Amino acid sequence: MLEKTDIERIAHLARLQIADADVDDYVRNLSDILGFVEQMDDVDTSKVEPMAHPLDATQRLRQDVVTETDQREKFQAIAPQTEAGLYLVPKVIE
Amino acid sequence: MHNKTVSELSADLHNGVLSSEELTAYYLQRIDTYDSKVNSYITVCADQAITAARQADQQIASGQAGPLTGIPIAQKDIFCTDGVRTTCGSKMLGNFIAPYNATTIGQFNKAGAVMLGKTNMDEFAMGSSNETSFFGPVQNPWRTNTVPGGSSGGSAAVIAARLAPAATGTDTGGSIRQPAAFCGLTGLKPTYGRVSRYGMIAFASSLDQGGPMTRTAEDAAMMLQVMAGFDERDSTSVDKSVPDYSASLMESLDDLKIGIPKEYFADGLDDQVATAINAAIAEYEKMGAKVIDISLPNTHLAVPTYYVVAPAECSTNLSRFDGVRFGYRCEDPQDLSDLYKRSRGEGFGAEVKRRIMIGTYALSAGYYDAYYLQAQKIRRLISDDFRRAFTEVDVIMGPTTPTVAFEFGAHSNDPVAMYLSDIYTIAVNLAGLPAMSIPAGFVEGMPVGLQIIGDYFAEQRLLNVAHRFQQQTDWHQQMPTEFNK
Repeated sequence: MLEKTDIERIAHLARLQIADADVDDYVRNLSDILGFVEQMDDVDTSKVEPMAHPLDATQRLRQDVVTETDQREKFQAIAPQTEAGLYLVPKVIE
Repeated sequence: MHNKTVSELSADLHNGVLSSEELTAYYLQRIDTYDSKVNSYITVCADQAITAARQADQQIASGQAGPLTGIPIAQKDIFCTDGVRTTCGSKMLGNFIAPYNATTIGQFNKAGAVMLGKTNMDEFAMGSSNETSFFGPVQNPWRTNTVPGGSSGGSAAVIAARLAPAATGTDTGGSIRQPAAFCGLTGLKPTYGRVSRYGMIAFASSLDQGGPMTRTAEDAAMMLQVMAGFDERDSTSVDKSVPDYSASLMESLDDLKIGIPKEYFADGLDDQVATAINAAIAEYEKMGAKVIDISLPNTHLAVPTYYVVAPAECSTNLSRFDGVRFGYRCEDPQDLSDLYKRSRGEGFGAEVKRRIMIGTYALSAGYYDAYYLQAQKIRRLISDDFRRAFTEVDVIMGPTTPTVAFEFGAHSNDPVAMYLSDIYTIAVNLAGLPAMSIPAGFVEGMPVGLQIIGDYFAEQRLLNVAHRFQQQTDWHQQMPTEFNK
């Protein structure tokens, strides 16, 4: 069972602003979902290998060469705020 | 004209009975007339479609056309399209114009298909009812107070209302098969790695797979032919040759061994849906197939396992939405933390936030082993159930969904009840197997879907098994009368 403080901690980790009015709903919904997935605890998996890829494929490697062309202008055209080829954010250091 | 399949339209285009421009204009006209009743498109690309249709007509005239040249289709709004807005059903991407095409989009362009528009969907593909879309819910054309299913609900409604002859979907936990079942269509979720995920906005990367949604298995074979194949831009794409999916559609079903998992017919399955599914299986027996009772003993663990794996992967994938490089940014951010938190808090809807929260919790320090690692281990057990079954049988059959389409709001205050509506589809994604849903009857006027699950890379067999059924039945030819004008 989660507490309000858990919701606030998780929301901070996820960098999500949650309205105060919604915190109780999150406590209830997330607790329900976690209660539901707890069925997994009853299964003995001590001898089971975790499965990351359905076909147990491993990561393909490629030569370390440049394959992409420079498209900075195209990419920055969809950014909320840019200047002189840079992405703008609020001042980080006072 | 709206009742012709892709295969029939392809023949008409090649025989010169019809031009792509006429066909495309006809579908654009239908969208104009009917889309307001179902809200199935987010973006309609009328001008681009006509231009593409004219090009297709030239290709056909010059004898350079393929089977899909000039065929109008709809694309789920999860596939990035260069120059056309891609929203993923979210406010976060409400004005996002991708700087490149998804591999799937490029493949259809190369094949000469004409994109009519981008279809509505649950936000970031997270939902089973299309109620989570920022652009409003999609109505089921069969009964507009019921949901079309999700997350590819827009693509399903588009085909059911005949606002495109075919569409693409994506399936992470049932998002092609469940809407196909609810709207009376043929939907195919390929083997994980068969279709490229490049440019398909990621939800849960170890589960996501794109695939076709059509009216017939014959059309699904034509669509999959274009979509399947190795892509070096997708790190989990499988390098394996692509067979001719249309060539084997008519193969005999004599001695086909069909496994019937008892767990798929247990409590929770609607009686009338069960009756329709049993009748469909009896039809297969008439065609020479043998029915074998099997067990998939870890079935009950599929939904809980999924609701750890999928949220964990989505919380990671959706961390890219930061209000800095693209997508929604909040007004007047006070500092960097405020920029992140409010852009994400305001840009994402309730279900997406819920899943990011669950995933963040499951992956946070001290909980990883209990949740994500345990889920990955159970995933192995679920997958082993299927491996054992496929040593005995060729395909597995059962219902796609426990009920027919439900009404709006039926599960909106209870996420767990909503998640359980995907109980028969989710295990397939965890195992990475291919599966289809095909129309198999009606319950009180609403379509029922038969699910057919195959072994890895057995898409050819699935399409054959589905096609033979569609030669014997006419469920797939029915359409909602309100749109049959």
